[in-house]
Amino acid sequence: MMSEWRTVTTPLTDGLIETLKAGDRLLLTGTVFAARDRAHERLCAMAARDETLPIDPAGQIIYYMGPSPAPPGRVIGAAGPTTSSRMDPFSEAVLKMGVRGMIGKGKRDHATRELLAWYRAVYFATFGGAGAYLAKRISDATCVTFEDLGAEAIYLLRVERFPLVVINDINGGDLYEDALQNRR
Amino acid sequence: MKTRILPAHLITNAVSDLIYKTSFSLPYAVGKRIEEMADNEDTELAKTALRVLVENNSLAAEEGIPLCQDCGIVIVFLEIGQQVVIDGSIAEAVNGGVEEAYRKYHLRKSVVADPLKRNNTGTNAPAIIHVEPAAGDRVSVTVYLKGGGSENMSSLKMFRPTDRDSDIIDYIEKTVVKAGSNPCPPLFLGVGIGGTADTAMLNAKKAVLRGPGTRHPDPEYADLEARIEERLNGTGVGPLGFGGRSTVGGVFIREAPTHIAMLPVALNLNCHSLRYGRVEL
Repeated sequence: MMSEWRTVTTPLTDGLIETLKAGDRLLLTGTVFAARDRAHERLCAMAARDETLPIDPAGQIIYYMGPSPAPPGRVIGAAGPTTSSRMDPFSEAVLKMGVRGMIGKGKRDHATRELLAWYRAVYFATFGGAGAYLAKRISDATCVTFEDLGAEAIYLLRVERFPLVVINDINGGDLYEDALQNRR
Repeated sequence: MKTRILPAHLITNAVSDLIYKTSFSLPYAVGKRIEEMADNEDTELAKTALRVLVENNSLAAEEGIPLCQDCGIVIVFLEIGQQVVIDGSIAEAVNGGVEEAYRKYHLRKSVVADPLKRNNTGTNAPAIIHVEPAAGDRVSVTVYLKGGGSENMSSLKMFRPTDRDSDIIDYIEKTVVKAGSNPCPPLFLGVGIGGTADTAMLNAKKAVLRGPGTRHPDPEYADLEARIEERLNGTGVGPLGFGGRSTVGGVFIREAPTHIAMLPVALNLNCHSLRYGRVEL
């Protein structure tokens, strides 16, 4: 990949988050949690009941992803992003838990965009539909909780130079909106 | 009339093989179209996104990782020659092929048995099966894998018969722009026009299976396809919604006779990974 791609590591620091602008490209190395619809539903219901959470999301990044089963000899199967808007209803709850970044694909709702600015968190997209390509940038995957949900369980992933594009920064920037403004 | 007996297990094998092939490798015309679009982009991000998809296609085949973690719900079209008698249950044969492929090739099982209770069947069966009679003594089996992200962006509008082409193009543009990055553009867009609401949607599904690089045989519809394509590629949505020229890789219309009061238009937004295959038995 080209030089415009900045190499960063987890956790995302305040200093880094403040510099990120919609359209920036990053190669992320470190750990992220993978969680999608049902894991969000369950985690947020537990938080609403003030129960102790099975993971500590404070300072972490959530990747909206449910992998295909790991073929023999691999840590994970195909591992591309799912549509983020389905997780919009849970944005406030996870941001309150201290989540600093979300990875998925597609637009977020108005409330989520405002919450991202308020909680100083960033929404990233990665390459939708590039399941095999992205699997090659995941070096470890451990199911950490909600194992009964199968592909919808929460996994802790170790990612290596995992490509991210900033969609929503903390100053209200939105790459998807910019793309439509630049129509030919 | 001479009849031919076809053992149902041949359908099981065909379905399983087709699922395997299309889960790990794009049809040639689809891969080629993505490469052409990459060459036609001039911003770094649009070009990179399309090149990643090209690389994804080769990696999937070489490394045995599915193209996409959403291995789809299986749609099967069977065209059965009227001289053929199938020995066994068609539904069991098809679903047996689905179960075998998703287990054997480590594909994600995404099908729930009930839309509200949402319990995963654990096998990715049942498939959506469409059976149609045909002439002759052959059976054509088409497998089409559809992911949730793009299927969720489907749309139907019942137009007035007096509405114009331009109204239809406006509606399509609005739908595709609103869908944005969700269905993983560049899209292969199936457009079903005419019939009833249900046939329009079914035709929108069948239309994309004509495949990239083809045009409707009727010049009027071919021209409409080209105009829709031009409009969509000017929206700015671009590859994966990141901005650029390639919002669609092709537009495919399939029309049907309709009622004097009706003009249904159905849209099937397929992601860049148009996964399908066909075999004749």
